[in-house]
Amino acid sequence: MSTLHYDIAHVLDGSVLLLGFLLLYQRRMFGLINIFAFQALGLALAAAWQAHVHGESHLYATALIALSVKAGIIPYALRRLIIHFGIHRTIDTALGIGPSLVAGATLVALSVMLVLPVTADSAALTREKLALALSTVLIGLLMMITRRNAITQVIGFMALENGLILAAVGVQGMPLVVEMGIAFEVMVAFIIFGIFFFHIRDRFESLDLQYLESHRGERR
Amino acid sequence: MTVSGLLSVGLLAQIVQAILVLALAPALTGLVRLLKARLQGRRGASLVQPYRDLACLLRKDVVIAENASWLFQAIPYIVFTMIWFAAVLVPTFTTVLLLGPTADLIALVAFLGSVRFFMALAGMDTGTSFGGLGASREVMIGSLAEPAVLMVIFTVALVAHSTSLIDVAEYLTGTDVGIRVSLLMALLAMVMVAIAENARIPVDNPTTHLELTMVHEAMILEYSGRHLALIEAAAMVKLLLYISLILCMFVPFGIGTRADGFAGIGLGLVVYLGKLMGGAVILAVFESSIAKMRVFRVGEFLGGALLLGVLAMIYLYISWAV
Repeated sequence: MSTLHYDIAHVLDGSVLLLGFLLLYQRRMFGLINIFAFQALGLALAAAWQAHVHGESHLYATALIALSVKAGIIPYALRRLIIHFGIHRTIDTALGIGPSLVAGATLVALSVMLVLPVTADSAALTREKLALALSTVLIGLLMMITRRNAITQVIGFMALENGLILAAVGVQGMPLVVEMGIAFEVMVAFIIFGIFFFHIRDRFESLDLQYLESHRGERR
Repeated sequence: MTVSGLLSVGLLAQIVQAILVLALAPALTGLVRLLKARLQGRRGASLVQPYRDLACLLRKDVVIAENASWLFQAIPYIVFTMIWFAAVLVPTFTTVLLLGPTADLIALVAFLGSVRFFMALAGMDTGTSFGGLGASREVMIGSLAEPAVLMVIFTVALVAHSTSLIDVAEYLTGTDVGIRVSLLMALLAMVMVAIAENARIPVDNPTTHLELTMVHEAMILEYSGRHLALIEAAAMVKLLLYISLILCMFVPFGIGTRADGFAGIGLGLVVYLGKLMGGAVILAVFESSIAKMRVFRVGEFLGGALLLGVLAMIYLYISWAV
């Protein structure tokens, strides 16, 4: 593989991770959704590039799914939901923006330290891809932990899933069936989340999950 | 080229560059202002306006506060000289410069740090509340920006195996480095720092008239006449310096190197002007599309830059470990 191929793949993967950090940094709901859409776009490009370089045509399908569902339908639907519910459009954090960015950087360091020894005998690109993908997954998880609103938690979940797909694209030989399954699962998850939004909203007149915790009897 | 030939070319290029940075800086600021005005639907002043402003200020009398010390009058000269010298060091259109070997990145940061120190002193010297406020904010921004700059410098220096700007530029143009994630992150971090250091939106507004939101402007509120002209000119040269620095560290392609000869150096000049204009367009579009942030959010903004710098280092480390 020539260096240019390698570099472009590397930069596309890196931009997915960078956009993951921007998700942590963003304070506005619509901005957050836009960044999520861009992250999905980056993922689609990374998958398409991998398909082009390795001649694995089924990865084009992955790219297409990422592009249409995650960069198109889900952001659009989330936007509709926010307008429909009239949700407060600033982001409510459980951990401040600064500390969560620091935590994100720590997670990246952690995933690098984890991936490097484990994959000591794999190809260069695979290792870097795995490190980037694991970081993206962990940042998605962090986002789910540190944000209070249900919609931001869903975006965290989707970002996590972007990381998973990134890892799947990087490792050669992931069957299309599995990818289709994951994509389908995400759609289902999204629909279920949507229904939950309605229910939470009906009962508590807010999407802040703190109410849910106190309702369950958890006291802080 | 022979050694003596190289020296004379280096001297000539150095003199041309010293004049060029000074002559171009107001035009660059004027271009950014004009582009911003057009983007906002105004006609905007012509490119020559900053030159006229400076000439006008130079002709005016200086008013100095009664309780100002000698430092207050000396600082405009110190600041202007230091910024100009720093701008002369950064390779713009060619790497064949007489002072090239002294153009070290860490020395450059030290230079800019001492400029900030003097500006903060000048802000506090007259004892007005706004001066002190501006100085304290400037120092806060500086203390946050400097670690980020150092991280970026370490990344670039590790890639090029040198902290000399000439070596960095020649390494990036000469070898097949390609686009690396580390360099991309370092570039983003450097751009964020440059925005903060040059008092641009979203960190500070260069055209603000509201004292409470000022940072840079609050420090120089007491200056007038030729002192103000020197400080304004220093700010313009600083903008040019930062854009040149980013160009030299990350996109030095087209810069005239030793091997290119005279034609290459001439071509480098044209390419440099083009890149500078591109930088002005990007800055104007960026500034028009974003709102100024609260002073207390600057910490997050520059913390983000530091974080990108650290990430750049981490990814450099993985690329190597491979």
